Amino acid sequence: MATKRNAIGVLLGIELVLNGANLNFVAFGSRFLRSDTIGLDGELMALFVIVLAAAEAAVALAIALNFYNNHTTIDVDHADELKG
Amino acid sequence: MEHLPTIYGAAVLLPLASFFIILIFAQQLGKFAAWVATSAILVAGLLSFLALGTWLTHHWPAGVHHGGHEEHAAPVHGEAGARNQKSESGYFVALIQESVPPPAPGHETAAHGANEAGHGEHEAAEKPVKAGEYYTLGQFGPRPLRITISYYVDALTVLMFCMVTFIATCIHFYAIGYMHDELTEVKDKEVALSTGKFLERPGRYPRFFQYLSLFCFSMLGLVLSGNIAMVFVFWELVGICSYFLIGFYVERKSASTAANKAFIVNRVGDFGMIIGLMVIWSTLGTFSFGPVSWTDDAGMNHEDPGIFDIVRPAAANHQLIVPDGMVQADAKEPTGETRHGKPVMGSGVADIVRDHASSRAGLESADSEIAARTPDWRAQGYGYWLLVLAGLGIFCGCVGKSAQFPLHVWLPDAMEGPTPVSALVHSATMVAAGVYLVGRFFPVFTPEVLLVIATIGAITMLLGASIAFTAFDIKRVLAYSTVSQLGLMMLALGLGGWLAGLMHLVTHAFFKSMLFMCSGSVIHAVHSNDMRKMGGLYKKMPVTAITMLIGCLAIAGVSVPFIVGFSGYYSKDAILEQALSFWRANQTPQAGLFFVLALLGAAMTTTYMFRMWFMTFAGQPRDHHAYDHAHESPPVMYMPVVVLSVLAVSVAWNYQYIGYFAIAAAFFVGRALQQGWFKYIRPSHAEHEDVEHETAAHYPVAHHAQTGHVFPAHAHAPEATVLHGARPAPSESPLTWGWVALMLVCTVVGGFVLQKGIASRGIEGLSLAALLEQARPTGTLADATGAWTKWRWPNEHFAHEPANFSTIVVPATLLASASWVGGILLAGAFFWWRALNAEDVRRQFAPIYSLLSNKWWFDELYDAIFIQPTMVVSRVIAGIDKRWIDGFLDWLARSCVWFSRVWDMIADRTLVDGFVNLLAAWTYSLGVSLHAVQTGRIRQYVMFIVIGAFAIFFLISLFWSPTLAR
Repeated sequence: MATKRNAIGVLLGIELVLNGANLNFVAFGSRFLRSDTIGLDGELMALFVIVLAAAEAAVALAIALNFYNNHTTIDVDHADELKG
Repeated sequence: MEHLPTIYGAAVLLPLASFFIILIFAQQLGKFAAWVATSAILVAGLLSFLALGTWLTHHWPAGVHHGGHEEHAAPVHGEAGARNQKSESGYFVALIQESVPPPAPGHETAAHGANEAGHGEHEAAEKPVKAGEYYTLGQFGPRPLRITISYYVDALTVLMFCMVTFIATCIHFYAIGYMHDELTEVKDKEVALSTGKFLERPGRYPRFFQYLSLFCFSMLGLVLSGNIAMVFVFWELVGICSYFLIGFYVERKSASTAANKAFIVNRVGDFGMIIGLMVIWSTLGTFSFGPVSWTDDAGMNHEDPGIFDIVRPAAANHQLIVPDGMVQADAKEPTGETRHGKPVMGSGVADIVRDHASSRAGLESADSEIAARTPDWRAQGYGYWLLVLAGLGIFCGCVGKSAQFPLHVWLPDAMEGPTPVSALVHSATMVAAGVYLVGRFFPVFTPEVLLVIATIGAITMLLGASIAFTAFDIKRVLAYSTVSQLGLMMLALGLGGWLAGLMHLVTHAFFKSMLFMCSGSVIHAVHSNDMRKMGGLYKKMPVTAITMLIGCLAIAGVSVPFIVGFSGYYSKDAILEQALSFWRANQTPQAGLFFVLALLGAAMTTTYMFRMWFMTFAGQPRDHHAYDHAHESPPVMYMPVVVLSVLAVSVAWNYQYIGYFAIAAAFFVGRALQQGWFKYIRPSHAEHEDVEHETAAHYPVAHHAQTGHVFPAHAHAPEATVLHGARPAPSESPLTWGWVALMLVCTVVGGFVLQKGIASRGIEGLSLAALLEQARPTGTLADATGAWTKWRWPNEHFAHEPANFSTIVVPATLLASASWVGGILLAGAFFWWRALNAEDVRRQFAPIYSLLSNKWWFDELYDAIFIQPTMVVSRVIAGIDKRWIDGFLDWLARSCVWFSRVWDMIADRTLVDGFVNLLAAWTYSLGVSLHAVQTGRIRQYVMFIVIGAFAIFFLISLFWSPTLAR
């Protein structure tokens, strides 16, 4: 996510991060690492994250599309007009 | 008697009310302001006479056995034999015979030595007094000092009230006529504007009466005052009223300068008076004349003695002693020794207090020892100088107010005011206030002070009389005459003649105010003050001429010796008798000088007064234009004069003899009416209509009087000059021998009958002298000697004892008669028969003439001594002011400006602005640097997120150690 110049590459990275976070949630929410759970804490959080990831991926892709329409490139290094 | 304070309070406040009414409603009142003022003073006069009646019913003058007199020194009955003694001072003798027990053998030689009652063994009785307070303004301090509005009513107050209100009423009526000009626009011929025309200003009629009312209030308040502080307040009030009235014609430089002069010279005298007041307060602890009762905080009643009781306590038989306060203030005891063995004197009181300070009893024992030592100290003479200083201080105020030498310079200039002012203020009342205060404060004066008073009085008398010889302004003559007569009054009081001096005050008030009013009529008629333009006015103004003649006779003291005389005769002779008895008591030439000077003054008075009369009314007119226009004044002006002339003749008479005078007067008045003397002055209406119809005005004079014009319209002038010759003159001799015989017979017989009738009702003792005798301060009927002078002041009754009749009374009366006869003859020789020539005398005595006509150069002297140095000093100080002080202030301002510029440079711009700018720069650079963070590069932002997330995990791991749940 931090190293890719391609916008799609960054999105891929974001997905990986979120999936990794999901795995952490499930893992730490299991009954092996916490005593008082309802058994499904981790999976519940992971569900939320999945939904959010999906929405966010859609929005990000829309931004990337618009960016390509305006700049004819999806090199994120060229997206520095918000500087200053 | 209980109502006297209320009556007098009302009489004092009525003119004040009139002042405020006129002040506020001057526009609406216009002409009626005069009636407001006149009715106020008239009612005050009625109240005064009501009070006189009340007083008489309670305190009939001594010598008559009328009901209700308790305060009476050893009444002696069965002295009727002495009362029949026919002497000119018959009533004086009667007074004494009634009030003094027969002299003990060997008593004739009055023992010498201080403070001896020279009149036998009786106790000096208290005189009848009603004193009290109206209102306490404040009470301060431990003793305490009380400032109050209080009253002190004795026979002198009663008499002064009657005199002041009566004269003031007459003058108010006179002024209604005199100030007529002020009702319309006034063209003041003495004020020239820069354009060359004369000033035209609106008239100020109401303001005049407003000031007159304020003056009456002030004078009456002064007379009523019961404490010396209140006297001082009213003293200043009469001074300021005099300032207003003198400067009434304020646009005239001479008038406004004269007003300033009067007030400032008065203030110089008041400076001494304040010193006297300070001495009195600090040593006696009270200002009040009479005893004061007060309650302290604890509710206890105290009665503190008044000033007179402190200096003449009953314990010392009412003889003058130095009061405790003064003795203790001055007492000195040896407190140590110098190196050479001489004792060092320190305050005795402080000594004792120091000794007792350590003892247990403390202050009370100190007090009792001080009280025990006081008689010792008094005998050693401590504190006497304080008593002398107090007396001199108070007298200093009187010197200013009564125009004595050296503060006499304001009175002649005060003639710039209108004549009613001169008549009321500067002859009868305000200047009399000084003499009144000397009379009131008489018990406090030591013989040394009396000597000073007599000396200054004598100097003033001669000064005024000498200058009056050369004055040509008729009012100036009268002004200097007033100065001279006031000097005579002070001389009388200074020689111990309390009754003589105050009697002269009263008689002088009547005839001097009348003289002033007559002179005002003359000035009005001739339109000039200058006597050199007058002459022969007797035919044109008979009433004025005769009344002025009566005034001159009164001031000269004309009389049939030992039998009857004008009012001035009684008072002047009393003064001369006291002066002569003073000489006999102290057989030295210096003591006799007072008598000689008084006699000389009397002769001079007669001479210059008759000079004035002859120059004005007798002989040939000197200025025909003025003579032609001259006319008698309207009745509103001459009636008060006539009334006052009656009193000028008879005010000093024993009122049982009034019957003679009344009958003779009735004859004269009847004759005058019958002869039509008054017709030329106030015609009937029928005649007036004739005047309207006839083109040739028969009585132009009367016409003018009727319409109130004082300045004859010039349209009448041509006819007037023609008809003045044609108008029938008063018949050559209206008094036929038959008529005169009839009048004399009726007067003698009728007067005798009336007198018997009056006397049988038991009122034969009433006369001016008897009333004044009631007010004589307790204890002053004894011979007095001073501590510093070796002279003896004989008591006033000494001159009238039967044994001294031929040694004192007879020489005094005869010499006085010689003086007035000589005076009239001399004046007549110069100015009537023209046997001697005044011009020659003037040329021969040119240096003396120059001295006198320049008023002894007092004005120039004061100018050189006081005014020029003051001007020099003021110019120097003004120079210092301009150069140094202003320069300093300018420098200060410039430095301030310079400093502010520098400060602006340093502090404002550099520090304050710099600081603020620095902050701004920092903020900006911070912003700029933060700028750098936002590169816009996404990968960097993602890096930040990663680093941030790691940082959070790290921080949390530091502070939260998770426990693995079980």
